[in-house]
Amino acid sequence: MEYLWAFVVGGLLCVVGQLLIDYTKLTTARILTLFAVLGVILGAVGVYTPLVELAGAGATVPLTGFGYLLAEGVKTAVAEQGLLGALTGGLTAASGGIAAVIIFALLAGVIFKPADRQ
Amino acid sequence: MQITNKEYGEIVKLRSPNTKVAVTCTKAFLFGGIICTIGEGFNNLYGFLGADTKTAGTLTAVTLIFIAALLTAFKLYHRMARHGGAGTLVPITGFANAVVSSGIEYKSEGYVMGIGSKMFLIAGPVLVYSVLTSVVYGIILRLTIY
Amino acid sequence: MSLYLSKGTIELQSAPSIKSFAAAVGKKEGEGPLKNSFDYIADDITLGGKSFEKSEGLLQQNALRLALKKGELSESDISFSFAGDLLNQCTGSSYGLREFSFPYIGIYGACSNMAETLALAALFIDNGIGTNAVAITSSHFCAAERQYRFPLNYGGVRTATSQWTVTGAGCAIVAAHDKPPYVKSLTFGSITDMGVKDANNMGAAMAGAAYETISAHLANTGQSIDSFDYIITGDLGEVGSKLLYDLFNRDNIPIKEKHKDCGTMIYDLNQQNVNSGGSGCGCSASVLCGYILQELAQGKMKNVLFTATGALLSPTMTHQGETIPCIAHAVQLTDN
Repeated sequence: MEYLWAFVVGGLLCVVGQLLIDYTKLTTARILTLFAVLGVILGAVGVYTPLVELAGAGATVPLTGFGYLLAEGVKTAVAEQGLLGALTGGLTAASGGIAAVIIFALLAGVIFKPADRQ
Repeated sequence: MQITNKEYGEIVKLRSPNTKVAVTCTKAFLFGGIICTIGEGFNNLYGFLGADTKTAGTLTAVTLIFIAALLTAFKLYHRMARHGGAGTLVPITGFANAVVSSGIEYKSEGYVMGIGSKMFLIAGPVLVYSVLTSVVYGIILRLTIY
Repeated sequence: MSLYLSKGTIELQSAPSIKSFAAAVGKKEGEGPLKNSFDYIADDITLGGKSFEKSEGLLQQNALRLALKKGELSESDISFSFAGDLLNQCTGSSYGLREFSFPYIGIYGACSNMAETLALAALFIDNGIGTNAVAITSSHFCAAERQYRFPLNYGGVRTATSQWTVTGAGCAIVAAHDKPPYVKSLTFGSITDMGVKDANNMGAAMAGAAYETISAHLANTGQSIDSFDYIITGDLGEVGSKLLYDLFNRDNIPIKEKHKDCGTMIYDLNQQNVNSGGSGCGCSASVLCGYILQELAQGKMKNVLFTATGALLSPTMTHQGETIPCIAHAVQLTDN
């Protein structure tokens, strides 16, 4: 069941993105940004946690999940450190993913050449 | 010309083909769903290996990013994306594709002004505005609850 | 001597010859419907260049060398060269042609470059300025993509109205009246902005400019579309072509019967994944210098209005929310 929910919820979040692409003139960069920001807001108001409990990776893997991760990080850090936590919490929680992306992109850039598209 | 830009805009709308929404959305659903299901598989694998929920989540993200980086480098991700649309853009793998493809593309301008400075050309705003929102959330949290 | 007719239109009374012409293209274009018309098809999209910008320069060099060879000319026979491309500061042309010692005049008219360079070269020759004038234009898919859009390996979505930048270069060498094809007359267009903002719908943005220039050329030279075998636009694509018909229908001119578009000729739109068709300076350049001039030289076409269209946008102006100003220049080519 959990796999089914992951599939359905993850798929539906992507459908929302696809509808934005098809019906608005939003560029992909704007859509990705919108998703991440929306994830922070949904996390902040407490809507996203139940979704994560239901769908697991179906909710955490889409970019809304990245925003949710920041919101959760801030929530914990503010509880522990006060106002400073507002600054440190988000990126601390997301640091693993961000560092991984930077390192892999750098390695790929060093090793590979851009491809022609057919 | 005997036509206003507004009138012309109407004809442009009429003549511009729309994407077949039923097809693109079905594909987005399938690709996005599959990527998330694979993510759930890794979540469970890392949990089975003894990681707590949080650590398993981070490990899953890193694994998916790594896979997306490989697919990008081997010229496969954008081919998948031609069919997947938002299904391949919205997951964390799409974020990784944006950063890694920029890293590869701007190699010709060197390691500093090329790869280094242009890596976040597409994905930069994602970080900027999600961090901004989270900081605002933290401040509100501090002022209202604690 | 050239005769100024009316706003933008000039008659070239000596009817200069296009003495030699050649087209060099990339692999994808070499697999399209016009594959047998091109003089050179690159197997390797880089052409051995270390960056795609350098590859574009090499493509121009190839087209130029082939045109020189076909016309039995050498570098020293060239009096002037007019060159243009899509890259910032016209580097495709300037880096491509820097090893040649003939006079170089770099111009920019986006995808209208082929008509613009050819018009200027023909004007010089018609007025006895120089003996051989080169018109050369190129674009390269990978170099244009990284300047105007996204990294090549990025999975961004291409909309149904978007067009595919042609990897190609065309070179035409104009000399005094001798053998066909001849340059009869030309019209320089004015900047036309139809209020289109979508940089992924360039055909729609440019159709207005094509309409203006073609209408002006017909009116100023006193011709109707019946005088022509074909009226050939540069890179309106499928969407832009339909809009061009709409605009002419308002004047009760059935241009569809006479119209061809280089952007829909160069690719197989059903098979080659290019959405609305080809675009880029290299599109009209390679179709003109590979196919159209050949047809004229062999007498298969007799009277053609070649109208290359250009979208004069930049990523900066698009990000600033600006609409797309467009241009079209027309060159009338004949076989007698």
